[in-house]
Parts: sequence; structure tokens; C-alpha cells
Amino acid sequence: MEHLLVQLTVFILSVFVGFEVISKVPSMLHTPLMSATNAIHGIVVVGAMLIAGAAIGGPIGHAIGLAAMILGAINVVGGFTVTERMLEMFRGRTEKPR
Amino acid sequence: MTAQQVALSVAYIATAVLFILGLKFLSSPRSARMGNILAMIGMTIAVVATCFDSSILSWTDIIIGAVIGVPIGFVSARLVKMTAMPQMVAIFNGAGGGAAALVSSGEFLRITNQGGTATWDQLLPIVLSSIIGSVSFSGSIIAFAKLQELMTGRPVTYAGQQIVNAIVLLTILALSAYMLLGHAPAPVFAGLAAAAVLLGVFGVLPIGGADMPVVISLLNSFTGVAVAVTGFALNSTVLIISGTLVGASGTLLTMLMATAMNRSLGNVLFGAFGAAPKAGAASAATSTSGGTVRSASTEDVATLLAYSRSVIIAPGYGMAVAQAQHAVRELTQALEKRGVDVEFAIHPVAGRMPGHMNVLLAEANVPYEQLHEMDEINPQFEAADVALVIGANDVTNPAARNVPNSPIYGMPILDVDKAKNIVVLKRSMNPGFAGIENPLYENPKTMMLFGDAKDSVQKLVAGVAAA
Repeated sequence: MEHLLVQLTVFILSVFVGFEVISKVPSMLHTPLMSATNAIHGIVVVGAMLIAGAAIGGPIGHAIGLAAMILGAINVVGGFTVTERMLEMFRGRTEKPR
Repeated sequence: MTAQQVALSVAYIATAVLFILGLKFLSSPRSARMGNILAMIGMTIAVVATCFDSSILSWTDIIIGAVIGVPIGFVSARLVKMTAMPQMVAIFNGAGGGAAALVSSGEFLRITNQGGTATWDQLLPIVLSSIIGSVSFSGSIIAFAKLQELMTGRPVTYAGQQIVNAIVLLTILALSAYMLLGHAPAPVFAGLAAAAVLLGVFGVLPIGGADMPVVISLLNSFTGVAVAVTGFALNSTVLIISGTLVGASGTLLTMLMATAMNRSLGNVLFGAFGAAPKAGAASAATSTSGGTVRSASTEDVATLLAYSRSVIIAPGYGMAVAQAQHAVRELTQALEKRGVDVEFAIHPVAGRMPGHMNVLLAEANVPYEQLHEMDEINPQFEAADVALVIGANDVTNPAARNVPNSPIYGMPILDVDKAKNIVVLKRSMNPGFAGIENPLYENPKTMMLFGDAKDSVQKLVAGVAAA
């Protein structure tokens, strides 16, 4: 129960931080924003590592750990790579095309 | 707490801080790249730190999974065309949702395998994250299939659809309640996850392609929430913080876009907006209320553009489909060379993703100072010689302003009809995605240039150079 209360505190504060930070992003950057947050929820790969490494055992345990790991890795790597590709295209009048 | 646990916690705090800073840096195009790099560093710290977690007993599945997943993510992200970006984001989002559901399933299995029975405060986050994660997983796959045109982009509706969806939803609620009351056999859990996968499929099927920006953004927030709840299950603060940030961001974007269309989220999700018009409505749409449409030649339009002082371009999904963004950039340059002032008007829901047009035009090296948001550019249309509409339809439809029974009535639109001349580049007279007739095309100031957007714009570039 104590765990849960600490977790709820963290959760609620994060909601406020999230809204605060995101509301400052101009609509021009909404696609990269979506893609960057998409990459950030790839943090689930940390959970995937813990589950895949927990040696749950049995074919189902292996399948779940492995699949979670594959999907998590795709999410993280794909998400950041796509965001980087989008952002490197944004440039102002004064900047030379790369 | 051992020294190792303290070090791990510190590393995760650093990760959370870097994610927040990264998102903060995304508020300006100048610092945005730095923001992404900070987030990447944060992610790297978290992954490296987790390698030192003493609860990892076996490395086989981790390494095999990474060896398979990393190249898939990297190569597909490198190879995807900019125009296919919305579906790519959708599929990565689905991967994250699936991972969250699997991680909590794994946690469930770990607890029950040890012979223990999970308590309700362990079960609640496990159940929630497997439901939300599964919905996000399958919903994203359907969104991907619609955007990739593997299936029809129109809403898929059938008789009794609401009833079927209600049954699936009730099944999920019943199974969740059953589990939380202390009965937690694995088959029930598997049934729950399967029902949630079905809910994702059935939930996205009736939503039309034009509403996909809202759906992708909503599913993005779902995955965020699923990851946060997984954090509750694993007692991992970094998962809670990061997932919640994403959940908040996705929710905010979803609300912004629903507002930009003057529709409630409920209407987007359950309205089957843009369903193939019924027989009666279809005949009404073809009898174009007696108005005549003026079709123009490329030469006419090129001359008009070349001798204008100011041109405002309103791009839409048609530009993305035809991959016309580079040709549009050439046209801009050709006009600027003749001293014509060219600006872009970007509607918040133009395209298939929030900010979709900005990314495409950025790809074609259009400086971001030239792209203007709706509220900023609308007062300038009156002074513009030409409003050039490239593959945009509903976001320029004056019916939104003055036809109270129009489905898009009340949606803020780009005031292209206030310009001195209007040129519309369009493939055919077919109504847009929403299937709504557009009186703009019958406006006496409007010239229609029919054909593929890229092809038409390229001809215009040549025409402007010759004029």
C-alpha cells in the first residue's frame, strides 16, 4: 500500500509536468513531438529486459520475454531514428540545406 | 538498500530528467534536435543501468530479442519515405503498446509461477496495462493498415457494430472484475488480453482515414499510460514518469486536434465520419446545386501566378499522396525569383498526422519561417492575389462557416475564399475524404486545375519560368 501511494505521487506530479512541458510545443513541431514521445515510451524496454531476464522459464515465459524484448527494441530504436530524420530537415531561412 | 540499488535509482532519475529536458527543447525548431539527442542519452543511461540490475538472471532472451528488434527498428525507420511517416509512427507505437502488455503478462506469470497468488494491488496494474497495451497494439496495427492502404481508409461499419463492441467491452470488464476478486487463473488472463486485442481492432475499424491524426495521437497516449501502469506493476519509477509524460502529451495533442475540427472526441471515435454516403445523400452530392465549375489550363494558372504580388499556398493530404512537396518547393523558388511573395498556410489537421505538412515541406527544404499557422495567416488572405490550394479540401470548405447542417459546420477553416483569386489543384471532382461537397469550387473566383498534384505543380514551374 505504501508503494502504491509513493507511485501515485510520482504519477500525479508527472501528469502536471507533462502538460506543462508539452503545451509549450508549437503545432509546427507536433509531428516530431509525437514521434519523440513515441520513442520515450520505448522506456518499456527496461521492463522488457527485467522480464526477459527474470528466467520465468517454460516455453510461454520465454516467448513472452523474447517478444516483449523485440517489440521494445523496435519501439526505442525506430522511434528515435524516425524523430532524428524528421528534425534534421527542419531549418530556417539562414541555414544552408544539409 | 544496497549501493547497487542506489546507483540504479540515481541513473533512472537522470533518465527522467533528460526526458523532461528533451521534451522542453522540442518547443523550438532550433533546439529540437538537441532535445531528441538528450532523450536518446536518457534512454541509453536507463538501458545500460538496467544491465547491472541483479534481478536479471538470464541474458539469452534479452540478447536474442535485441539482436532481432534493433535492426528491424533502425532499418525500417531509415528506409521509410517521409510521406509514409504517419503509419511508421503508428506501428512503432503499436510495438510499444504490445511490449507493455507483454511485460505485465510476464510479471503475472512470474508471480504465479513462484506458487504465489497475486494480491489485488499487484493485479490491478497488471490487468490495466495488459488491457490498455493490447488495445494500443491492435488499434495501431489497424491504423497502420488504413494509412498504408492495405485496407480501405473509409470507416468500416456494419449492422449491430455497436452491440458487438459493447459485448467485447463488457467481457473485458467482467473478466477484470473476476480477476481482481482474487481468481486469477492464467486462461482468464489470456482471455482478457485477447478481448482487449479485439477491442483495439473493432474500435479503430469504424474510424475514417481523415480522422487518423486524432487516432494515432490517442493511441500514443494509450501506450504512454500502459507503460506508466506497467511501472506500477514493476515498481519502476522511471517507467511511471516516462509513460505519464507521453500519456499527458498524447492527451493534449488529441484534445487540440479535436478542437481544431470542432468535434468532440466521442464524435471522432464513434461518429464513423466519412462513411460512404448513403444512396440518397450520394445523389444529392452529384447534383452540384446548379453551380458551374471553372476548369483552367496550366498556362492560365502559371500566368496568373507569375504576375501576382503575393501567393498563399494551402497544402493538404493530396500533396502528401502525390509526393508533390519537392515540386511545390521548386514552384515557390520560381515565383520568388520573379519577386512574388510566397507563404504557406497550414491547417492544424491538414494531412494524416498533427504537423504532417510541416514535416513534408521541411523535407523539401522550405524554411519553417515561411509556414504559418491558421490564426496567423487567415487575416492575410484578403490581401493575397492568389490562394493556391494543393490537395486540401475539407480544411478550405466555406460550408464549415455558413451551412449549419454540414457535417463540418463550425470547424475553423483556412479563409482561402477571401483571396482575390483561388486556384484549386485537385485530382477530380470527387468529394474529399469526408465526402462533403465543397462550394469553394463553384466560387466565381475559383479556377480548378485537374490532375495529379505533382504533375500539375511541375507543369506550373515550367509555365512560370516561361511567362
